[in-house]
Amino acid sequence: MTTANPETSPSLTTPRRRPWLRALVAVACVLGCAGTSRFAAAGDVIRIGELNAYKTFPAFLEPYRKGWQLALEEINAAGGVAGRRLEVVSRDDNGNPGDAVRVAEELASREHVVALFGGFASHVGLAVSDFARQRRILFLAAEPLSDKLVWQNGNRYTFRLRASTYMQTAMLVPEAVRLHRRRWALVYPNYEYGQAAAEAFKALLKARQPDVEFVAEQAPPLGKIDAGATVQALASAKPDAIFSALFATDLAKFVRAGNTRGLFRGREVFNLLGGEPEYLDPLRAETPAGWYVTGYPWRSISTPAHTRFLDAYRARWHDYPRLGSVVGYVAMHAVAAAISRAGDTQTEKLVDAMEGLDLDTPFGPIRFRAIDHQSTMGAFVGRLAQKDGRGVMVDWVYRDGAAYLPPDDVVRTLRPAH
Amino acid sequence: MNLLEVRNVSRCYGSVRAVDDVSFDVAARERVALIGPNGAGKSTCFGIVGGQMRPDAGTVTLAGERVTGMDPASLFRRGLGRTFQVTATFASMTVAENVQTALTSHGRHSLRPFGRATRLSRTQAHDLLDRVGLGEQAERPCAELAYGDLKRVELAMALANAPRLLLMDEPTAGMAPPDRHALMELVSGLVQDRALAVLFTEHDMDIVFGHADRVLVLDHGRIVAAGDPGSVRANAEVRRLYLGESQP
Amino acid sequence: MTVADTLSQLVNGLAGASTLFLLASGLSLIFGVTRVVNFAHGSLYMIGTYVGIAVAEHVGGATGFWLALPVAAAIAGALGFAVETTVLRRVYRAPELFQLLATFALVLILKDATLIVWGPEDVLGPRAPGLEDAVRVGDATLAKYDLFLVIVGPLVLAALDLVFRRTRWGLLVRAATQDREMLGALGVNQRWLFTGVFVLGSALAGLAGALQMPREPASLSLDLTAITDAFVVVVVGGLGSLRGAFLAAVLIGVLKALCVALGTVEVAGWSFNVSKLTLVIEFALMAVTLAARPWGLGGRPFPLEERRATVELAKTPGIRFWLGIVALLVLCALAPLVTDEYTLVLATDVLVFTLFATSLHFLMGPGGMASFGHAAFFGIGAYTAALAVRSAGVPMLVALALAPGTAALAGLVVGWFCVRLSGVYLAMLTLAFAQIAWSVVFQWDDVTGGSNGLFGIWPPGWASDRATFYLLALALCAAGVVALWTVVNAPFGFALRAARDASTRAEAVGIRVRRVRWLAFGLAAAAAGLAGALYVFAKGGLSPEVMAIPRSVDGLVMVLLGGVGTLVGPVVGAALFTWLQDFTLRHTEYWRLVLGAVILLAVLAFPNGVAGGLARLRERLA
Repeated sequence: MTTANPETSPSLTTPRRRPWLRALVAVACVLGCAGTSRFAAAGDVIRIGELNAYKTFPAFLEPYRKGWQLALEEINAAGGVAGRRLEVVSRDDNGNPGDAVRVAEELASREHVVALFGGFASHVGLAVSDFARQRRILFLAAEPLSDKLVWQNGNRYTFRLRASTYMQTAMLVPEAVRLHRRRWALVYPNYEYGQAAAEAFKALLKARQPDVEFVAEQAPPLGKIDAGATVQALASAKPDAIFSALFATDLAKFVRAGNTRGLFRGREVFNLLGGEPEYLDPLRAETPAGWYVTGYPWRSISTPAHTRFLDAYRARWHDYPRLGSVVGYVAMHAVAAAISRAGDTQTEKLVDAMEGLDLDTPFGPIRFRAIDHQSTMGAFVGRLAQKDGRGVMVDWVYRDGAAYLPPDDVVRTLRPAH
Repeated sequence: MNLLEVRNVSRCYGSVRAVDDVSFDVAARERVALIGPNGAGKSTCFGIVGGQMRPDAGTVTLAGERVTGMDPASLFRRGLGRTFQVTATFASMTVAENVQTALTSHGRHSLRPFGRATRLSRTQAHDLLDRVGLGEQAERPCAELAYGDLKRVELAMALANAPRLLLMDEPTAGMAPPDRHALMELVSGLVQDRALAVLFTEHDMDIVFGHADRVLVLDHGRIVAAGDPGSVRANAEVRRLYLGESQP
Repeated sequence: MTVADTLSQLVNGLAGASTLFLLASGLSLIFGVTRVVNFAHGSLYMIGTYVGIAVAEHVGGATGFWLALPVAAAIAGALGFAVETTVLRRVYRAPELFQLLATFALVLILKDATLIVWGPEDVLGPRAPGLEDAVRVGDATLAKYDLFLVIVGPLVLAALDLVFRRTRWGLLVRAATQDREMLGALGVNQRWLFTGVFVLGSALAGLAGALQMPREPASLSLDLTAITDAFVVVVVGGLGSLRGAFLAAVLIGVLKALCVALGTVEVAGWSFNVSKLTLVIEFALMAVTLAARPWGLGGRPFPLEERRATVELAKTPGIRFWLGIVALLVLCALAPLVTDEYTLVLATDVLVFTLFATSLHFLMGPGGMASFGHAAFFGIGAYTAALAVRSAGVPMLVALALAPGTAALAGLVVGWFCVRLSGVYLAMLTLAFAQIAWSVVFQWDDVTGGSNGLFGIWPPGWASDRATFYLLALALCAAGVVALWTVVNAPFGFALRAARDASTRAEAVGIRVRRVRWLAFGLAAAAAGLAGALYVFAKGGLSPEVMAIPRSVDGLVMVLLGGVGTLVGPVVGAALFTWLQDFTLRHTEYWRLVLGAVILLAVLAFPNGVAGGLARLRERLA
C-alpha cells in the first residue's frame, strides 16, 4: 500500500468505532490498492521503504504507524526534502525473518526505495539488518531492542533508534543500587530480550553492589506465563526486590496474580518497559503502585518539543500517543534529516550523513552515534501510580541515552566488525 | 512330513480361551476346511497360522520349519498365501497393479525407488488374473469391482508368491451360489496344478462338503471332530452343535 | 519445597488444568464425532474471553460477571453452529484432514475479525466478584478464584459424563465416537448430531475462555496458544475420551507448576533453570505418552474402516505429463530474461516451498501419514546448512549436500517412533518431536543463535546474483520434486500406497509396512531438509521460526489446498499459497481476513484441492 497521501487512504482516518466500515475498507484495499504503487511517478519524489509486523503486534504498531504518518505529512507540508516530496511504501512483514527479507527485497528492487526503516521483533530486525548490509541499503531499525543489532552484529548500513535493552536496564540500575536490597528475584520472558535484560541487570547491579544475592530466576515462555505458579515460586524465595522484564500479556497476568497473592507487598519491583502506555494502559485499576519502570508518561511531559508533538498528534488522530507513536514519528524524521543532510539519496552518502546526525525529537535532542550507530534517544524512568482507575507514571525523570552507554573503548570491542 | 503342523496352540483374550490346545496337520495337495459356529476360534486359528497373531503356547511348523509367531511378511516369503474374511485390496490401484504389487514384493523389489512399477511383472499379473477369471477386468480400478470379483483379486494376489499353502478365510462369503462353486473349482484346479495345500473356513456347508478333503470342527476353541466330510457330517455331536442351526 | 509451597503449586496446577480441560473436552468431542481437526477451536476460546469481558463490563458488578459466562458460551456455540452449517457440513466428505484447511481459514478470518471489533490492545477483564483475593491456609496463599476453578473442572466432567451416559443423545455421541456402523444402524440423523456436537464443543471453548477472564487479559494471541495446548491435552488423554482429557489436563497443569516451582536447580555443580522447561514440557509429555501408549491415556484404537473411503485411483503419469513438466521447467528457466529481481526472489520462495510441500505430500498422500511437524526437517536441514557454513566454513554447495543427510537422519529417528502409530496420533507425535527440536534450537544460544537465529549466510559470489540463485534453486527443487515423483511411481511408492490402502493385506503379500513407512520418513525428511537449506541462502540466515508450528501448518495448507489426491497438488498449492500470502501481505490491510476468505472459497469450490478440482473439471469436459 502506498501512503503518499494519507488523506485519500480511508483506512487511516476511519474512527475505531465503526468496525463494519473497517471491514469494508479491508475489502476495498484489495480491489483498489493492488498494483497502484507501480505507477507512482518517480521523478520528484523520494521513496522510502517501511516494513513492520503490523498484524503480529498491532497494539504497538498501530500507534507507530500513526506516528510516522504524522511525521510524513509534516515533512511534505513543509516542502519535502530538498524540494522533493517524500513517499513511504509500507509493508507488513508477517513478523518473521524470512518474509521480512523478501519484503525488504521487494521494497529495494521493485519499489526502488532509497532507505528502509521499521522492524519490531529483534530477530526480524537482525535479519533485515543483515539484508541491508548485503544489499547495501540504509536500514533504520526503529523498535528492536536487541543489543546485538548495533554491537555484536552491527554493520555499516544499520542504525537503531530506540534505547536498547542494555541502555534501558542500565537506566533502572541507579534506583536499584540506591534502595540497596540484598535478595533479588528475576523474572523475564524466555528469549533473547529477556535473557539479555536479566544478564545486564545482574552484571550492572553486582558491579555496584557486590553483596547482592539473586535468589530466584523464572523464565516463562513469551506470551505463555503460568502466572500463579510463577508468583508462588518467586514468593517462596522470599526476595526483598524483584526485577522483571515482562511485558504485554505476560505482564498483565503477572501483575494480577501477584496482586491477588500479595507478592508485591513490602517488596520493591522493577519492571523494564512497564511504563509504556502500550503495556501500562491495559492494567487500569490493577496497576501496581510504586513499581520502578521505564516508559513514556505522555500526559505530564511539558517540554515545548513534546507539547508540539502531542498537540499535532491529537489533532491528527483524535487519540493520544503511545511510545510507538513517538518511535514512528522520530524514525521518519530521522530518515528525512539524513537525506537532507546528505543532499543526495545515494546509500553511502546517506550512511555518512546518518553517522553523527543530530535531531530534535519530542524527547529532546538526540544523536546517531558514529561509533556504533545507536541513537542517544533516552527513556523516562519513574514509578507507577493509579489515577482515576488508570495507570500513570509519577516522579519520573528523562534519562538521556548517551549517559547509559558503555565507554567508547568497550563499545569498540563489542562491535568487532569495526 | 506334513506341510503344515499345528501343535498344542492356545491363545487367550483376558479370561476367554479363544483357541485352546489345538493341534492339526495339513498335507500337500490337501484341502482342509475349518468349521464351527461364530466365536469358535476359527479366525484366531487363522491369525496364528497367518502370522497376524502370536499364540500364547504351542508351535506352528511350515514345511519343516518352525514359524511360530513369525510376521506375515516372512511367512509370505516362505510360501504362505492368504485371503481375508473382509476383503482387503489396494483401492487406489487397478486390478493388475494390485497383483503386480504382490508379484514385485515376491521378487523382492518392493524397496526399489526407481523404475516404473506398472511395467514390472505385467505378463505374470495378467496370467494370474486370467487364471482367476479376471483377465478382462485387469485395467479397472479395484474400487469399482463387485465384491465377488474382489475375492478373486485377493486370490490372485495370494498366488503371487507361488504359495505352498493357501489360507482362505471365508473365500466365498458374499458371492452368489454359482460363483461360489466356480471359485472353489478354481482353487481345486490350483491344488492339482501347483501341488498346493489349502486351509479354509467356510459357512456354506455345501462348499465345505463339496470341496474339502478333510474337515476340522472347532467349538469353544477346541477341535471337537475331525475327519473326511462324510464322517463329520455323520458325527452326532457336530450335528447337534453346528449343522442343525446353520443349515438353511 | 515446603508443604505450603507444594499445596499452593498444586492448586495453581489444578486451576490451570480446569480451563485446559474445558477447552480440550470440546475439541475432543468434536474430533471424536466428526473427525474434524478443528484449528478454529482456539479462536472460539479467544472470542469467549473477549465476549465475556465485554458483557461483564457492560452489565457490571457481580451480575455482569456471572452472566458473562453463559453468554460467552452461547455466543461461541452460535458461532460454532454457523461454522458447522455453512462450511464444515459441505466438506465432511472431502479427503481426510481436508476440513483442517477450512478451519485454518477460519482462524485467519476470526483473528482479523476480533482485531476489527476489539482493537489491538489487550483487554484485562474484571476479577470474579467475591473471589477477588486469596486465602491463607497455613503458610500457603491460595487464590480464591483458583480454588473455584479447581472445582469447576471436575463438575463439568461429571456433568458431561452424566449427559453421555444417561441420555439418548449422549449414547449417540458415544456411538459415533466409537463405532460408526452402529450409528448408521440406529437410524440417526447424522447431520444434526454433528451440528449438536459442534455447538456443544464450541460452547465449552467459549465457556473456558470466559472463565479465564480474571486470570488472563483477552489478547489476539490467545487463539494459537490455546489450540496447541488443547491439542496436546486431547491427544495425551486419548481422542474422544473425556476422562482421559481430564487426566491429561491435570497432569500437564501440575507438571508445569512443578517446573516453575523447582526454579533453578543445581546438580553436581551444574545449575539449570528448570522453569525454562515450561517451553516444551507438554510436548515432551506427549512424545513419551504416545511412544508408550499409542492411543493416549484414556483412548482406544480407532476402527480401521474410515481410511479407505478417501482413497482415489492414482494413475501413473505418462509421457505427456513428463513432457508438460519439461516444458514448464524450460519456461521457468527462461523467467530471468523477462522478470524483475523481486519476481525472482518470490519465485525462489515458491520453489523452496514447492519442494517442502511435495516432501510433505509424499508422506501424506502415498504414505497416508499426515505430519503436523514437518517443519522440523525443513529446519534441521536449514540449521545444518547454516552451521556448516558458519562453523566449518564449507562452501554453499557442500552445505546444500549435507543438509538432506542430517534431515534424513532426523527423519529416520522420528519416523522410527511415528510409524508405530497412525492417523492423528502419528501427526501429533511428529508435532511433539518438532516442538522438542524447536525448543532445543530456541534455547541453545551458543550454537544456534537462540531466538535470534543466525544470519550473514548469503550465497557466495558466483551465485549471489538473484537470477543465478533462482536457477540453482530451480535445478535443485525440480530435481527433488522429480525424484520424489519417481519414487512414488516406482515399486517403493506402490509398496507405500499398498501399506496405506490396506496394511494387513500389504503385510500378507510380503511388504514390510513399518520398514517402508520408516524409509519414506527418511526420504521425505531429506527433501524437506534440502528445501530448508535453500531457504537459508535465499534469506541470508534463519531463526527458530523455520521449524516452528506455523511453518508446519503452512506446509499442510499448501498440500491440502493443492489436493492430496494428485501428484501436482503440492506444487499448485505451494505456488498458490505463497503467491497469495505475498499478494495479500503487500496489498491489503487486513490481509489475514482476505487470505482466509480466499482459502475458504477455494475449500468450498474445490473439495479435492485446486489441482484435484481442475483435474476433475478436465475429465468432465473431455
